[in-house]
Amino acid sequence: MKKTTTLASAGFLTSGLVGLLWSASLLARDDFITLASTTSTENSGLFNAIIATFTDATGINVRVVAVGTGQAFEIARRGDADSLLVHDTAGEVQFIADGYASERLDVMYNDFVIVGPSDDPADVSSSDNVADALVRIAESESPFASRGDDSGTNRAELRLWKDAGITPQGAWYRELGSGMGPTLNTAAGMNAYSFTDRATWVAFQNPQDLVLLFEGDDALFNQYASVLLSEQQHPHLKHALAAQWHQWLVSEKGQQAIADFNVNGQPLFFPNAQSLSNTQ
Amino acid sequence: MTASDNPFYTALTLILGMDSALIAIVMLSLKVSLIAVLTASLLALPLGAALALWRFPGRNALIVLLNALMGLPPVVAGLCVYLLLSRAGPLGQFGLLFTPTAMVIAQTILVFPIIAALTRQQVETLHNEYAEQLRSLGLNQLRMMPTLLWDARFGLLTVILAGFGRASAEVGAVMIVGGNIDGVTRVMTTSIVLETSKGNLPLALGLGIVLLSLVTLINALAHMVSETAKRRLG
Repeated sequence: MKKTTTLASAGFLTSGLVGLLWSASLLARDDFITLASTTSTENSGLFNAIIATFTDATGINVRVVAVGTGQAFEIARRGDADSLLVHDTAGEVQFIADGYASERLDVMYNDFVIVGPSDDPADVSSSDNVADALVRIAESESPFASRGDDSGTNRAELRLWKDAGITPQGAWYRELGSGMGPTLNTAAGMNAYSFTDRATWVAFQNPQDLVLLFEGDDALFNQYASVLLSEQQHPHLKHALAAQWHQWLVSEKGQQAIADFNVNGQPLFFPNAQSLSNTQ
Repeated sequence: MTASDNPFYTALTLILGMDSALIAIVMLSLKVSLIAVLTASLLALPLGAALALWRFPGRNALIVLLNALMGLPPVVAGLCVYLLLSRAGPLGQFGLLFTPTAMVIAQTILVFPIIAALTRQQVETLHNEYAEQLRSLGLNQLRMMPTLLWDARFGLLTVILAGFGRASAEVGAVMIVGGNIDGVTRVMTTSIVLETSKGNLPLALGLGIVLLSLVTLINALAHMVSETAKRRLG
């Protein structure tokens, strides 16, 4: 009988402990929104830099879930995020047409670049334009590491192959199904070419023998936009708080915070909101 | 290799530096995994013992299922909990997605089959040994359960530690249901994934060493407690 009592009290104690720990984790809740966004904005440190400014001004905290653009759309579609900041204009327009969002605003841009081994076997660095660069990689069948994860960067890369008239396939074209960072790690490991946004590339710390080989074509433009989600579709979301964030991003203060952000003195995102609103 | 490229040096500076962000991440890791293991234990220990003692139709199928679920991929468990807790899912109204509670639920699901299946095996072995004696004392299965669980306690501690190992090491489930939100749901394993994706490999490995040291410490504590108890109680 003694054993039974000991066991019962042990069970009682444990459940008490579970309850205590559990309730502690539910404490401390203030105003916040959940933002679904891309790995490039999070990994480069942009959000760390600008969210503090926004929180100081409004008292609203922003919780960032950083995933690929495809997954970010899916999270928003299911009603699991209050706001969306992505970089796939065609996808955003479709998202609005599907009724999941009410508007998108251009916030900032940067550009995509092609990186590769420093000895540049495909001679990408002397290409005239990005289509030429891709043709050189495909014709020399040099190893190329692609995200292959339906992210904004992956969608842009596939568009550029199509524009160059190439269907990338064969042993040289490696679809990794990974985020930008893991893809660059793999590209560095196998000395392959890769297609990346500049922000992730500049902030990336394991390039090994990879160097930037091609940049500057207008086709490499990379537009980021804030998307305001539909109140009809998901009435439970924090639309009022999300609208404040949405407006702040394109306000003078928000645009300035983005312009001020840099890594080692190099700005990574360039604010380009079309109409500087006067809401803040 | 310079000092800052050395993961062991990085781990040491991380531990000695007592960075407040790192401490918060470590505490959240411990909290989530410990609550998950405690919750899973409360459910799985009685269930495992019951499976060892009672005979009923479908028992073998249940044992096979539990054994198989020990190999449940964390990412699958995470995906199931994600679909369950998502606003579009059946439990969406509680708004638990991307919170530590969601991470506890996912890890509990991962740990439960391990503790239940191994408890079943431990208690069954003991039961086979002592069934005659226990029956001669007039104990039915319900009365045998606490006795056998108590007699198996040292073995069961190892079982619970195996569950804790699973919880503290997994990343697939907490990444999906927690979202790796800075200061809210970022734990040791998701930090390691994040630093790896930034290409900051020394820091990633340094965090790995910190996590491993912590798990070692907890195992050492559990070992000490059980050795002391064995000596005292014989």
